[in-house]
Amino acid sequence: MLPLDIDALTGCLASSACLVTQTTSGFIIGMLLFLVAVGLTLIFGVLKVVNFSHGAFYMFGAYFAMTAYQLTGSFALAMLCGAAGTAILGLVFERGFMSRVYGADVLMQLLVCYAFVLIFDDVVRMIWGPEFKSMGMPAAFQVAPLFIAGGVVPPYYLLLIGVALAAAAILGLGLARTRIGKVIRAAAHNPGMVSALGINTGLIYGGVFALGGMLAGLAGALAAPVRSLTPGMGFSVLIESFIVTVIGGMGSILGALIGALLIGMIRSFGSLGFPLFTEGLMYLFMVIVLVSRPTGLFGKEVA
Amino acid sequence: MTRTRKPGVSRRATLAMMGAGAVTFATPWVARAQAKTIKVGMPTILSGRVAQLGTSSRNAVVLEVEKVNAAGGLAGRQIEMVIRDSKGQPQEAARVARELVNTDGCEILIDAEASSGAFAVHEVARDLGVLCIHTNSETSSLTADPKQHIPNAFRTARQGVHDSIVGGSYAAAIAKAKGLKKWATCSPDYAYGRDTTGEYVTYLKRFAPDVEIISESWPKLFQPDYTEVVTKILQAKPQALYSCLWGGDLTSYIDQANIYALFSQMEVFAVNMADYTALTVVKNLPKGIHSGNRYIKTYPATTENAAWGDAYKAKYNEYPTNWSWENATAIMLLAEASKKANSADGKKIAEALRGLKIKSPFGADGTVTMRAEDQTLVGYAIGWGTTIPQEPYVPQVQAGDWKTIFELEAEWKKSKGYA
Repeated sequence: MLPLDIDALTGCLASSACLVTQTTSGFIIGMLLFLVAVGLTLIFGVLKVVNFSHGAFYMFGAYFAMTAYQLTGSFALAMLCGAAGTAILGLVFERGFMSRVYGADVLMQLLVCYAFVLIFDDVVRMIWGPEFKSMGMPAAFQVAPLFIAGGVVPPYYLLLIGVALAAAAILGLGLARTRIGKVIRAAAHNPGMVSALGINTGLIYGGVFALGGMLAGLAGALAAPVRSLTPGMGFSVLIESFIVTVIGGMGSILGALIGALLIGMIRSFGSLGFPLFTEGLMYLFMVIVLVSRPTGLFGKEVA
Repeated sequence: MTRTRKPGVSRRATLAMMGAGAVTFATPWVARAQAKTIKVGMPTILSGRVAQLGTSSRNAVVLEVEKVNAAGGLAGRQIEMVIRDSKGQPQEAARVARELVNTDGCEILIDAEASSGAFAVHEVARDLGVLCIHTNSETSSLTADPKQHIPNAFRTARQGVHDSIVGGSYAAAIAKAKGLKKWATCSPDYAYGRDTTGEYVTYLKRFAPDVEIISESWPKLFQPDYTEVVTKILQAKPQALYSCLWGGDLTSYIDQANIYALFSQMEVFAVNMADYTALTVVKNLPKGIHSGNRYIKTYPATTENAAWGDAYKAKYNEYPTNWSWENATAIMLLAEASKKANSADGKKIAEALRGLKIKSPFGADGTVTMRAEDQTLVGYAIGWGTTIPQEPYVPQVQAGDWKTIFELEAEWKKSKGYA
């Protein structure tokens, strides 16, 4: 088999059915990635730490959602539990541990995060067991896929894209237009001054960390009906999130959105045109961005 | 020298000698006690993504060893299992295996590693000459390749080439009956996925020469999302799909393909579907997926097999896996061979094992045989059937024909330069 299959790619670009299917497929991959990456980039933008244990929040979101769904049978409640549970976990993790290493060097922060990657995986193993689990698709979404311009679009994925886009819009507007958003942006610029003005920066840091954890948890909860749940499932998602933030620029929300969608499209169209080089294509793109714009595509913007 | 030595023996040296003497006199008693038990070492995967399979291997071994010990052990010596985690890493598997023999004094090794680790443990067995039974590696070359052959290593697992012959002929019959000419494949991108898919396609085309592969996908092992692979296959519009994805990867794939209604658009052949680890986890299992048997208590449809599956479930509160029956078979064979040789000595057991045929719940005809020429298991139950979403999951299994398997296997060995 050839590493290049340009015929398949051009054939797809010429057909509306294929174009619609692959574009939505790219959106699905991209939007879930965005929810994880945006938390990562937000935490870095405000707290100036790289949260290497961010994948664990995605994992906990999925497990919380599965348990809530099994107990209540309500999909909405499952999503809520996934998001709220990881928000609380994020707050506890930040106040209890991360806040102690803000002044320390990067190696120390990395070690603390890595320790928690292992601890969180083992906690999941102890509570839910080492075997893989599946949440199952809620009955409401067990319907035939929609056909839009000949392309196949599953209704569940429309909901997934909608929720993720809504989260992006609320986050973007909230940071730009609200008073809390202003305070967060100010804390990112000059935490000393913000605290001198009588604002509790500890609270803001905890809140931002909780928000980041919540977004990753929401991604895990949304992914739970279609992806299998295992301890350590956050790892590969974390790697891709890093690629997204490197491409989009650390600290930029718009960058995370564009970066995530780019990765999604590379995966979805790359698997047609470059079946043996889809992963490589992602890294190649990252290298090109790093060489030509080391700060990332939107690296100058401040969250 | 400013220091002077006193002539004769110091008090400290005397005490040390007394201590050593005490140990020396005590040793024969310890040695006698050890002679009564025989230690059997078992490196397997007890942590990481494959931990569930390693645990099911351990469970099956413990279940069978209890029976053997209750019946008097190996030639009167009680079996003591020493089970260690290799974390699924080949170098760790080799280290653990060596340590089990050299430090822990194990006289037999049960190598419950996946293929990557099994080849590493095989080299340790070659080096130390200890009796070693590979229980989980299904890679054909481990026993088929004469370069790998050593008199002290055996295999009690399925073999990839057997699976491909049976799977290929089963699929070809359906392809001919239903006119399925355009096929797609989707398998994990590592040695097992590539080899198994290649062999399967070879035999499918051999039995149904019209078949054409129009699309191939090679997702990474443990990839969380398969959406782009699912949509790519939908674009190619094949009439049938083959996959050797397994475990959590397979269940993810099914959940994601399900919402694209993939299973209603093509016949799906997934060799690793009919394993309880996957069957019991998928919430919305589509009807009619073709799968090979891994372990299922309803095939072979005998009371012995059902009883074994139920006994395992009663003890561990879950069903056995493919790795469970393979490990249980190792202990059953060891016990029989030791009885035949009337000895617990590794060399004598190895001699007795060659060509040994035993009654087994997992045999196609109620027996399995340790084939003498390449020291691998034959005659085990092997077949294909279609799934339903509840127990017994695969109600009808079509048995593979061992006569055909032997013929084609011999031919395959020739083509590889193994025979």
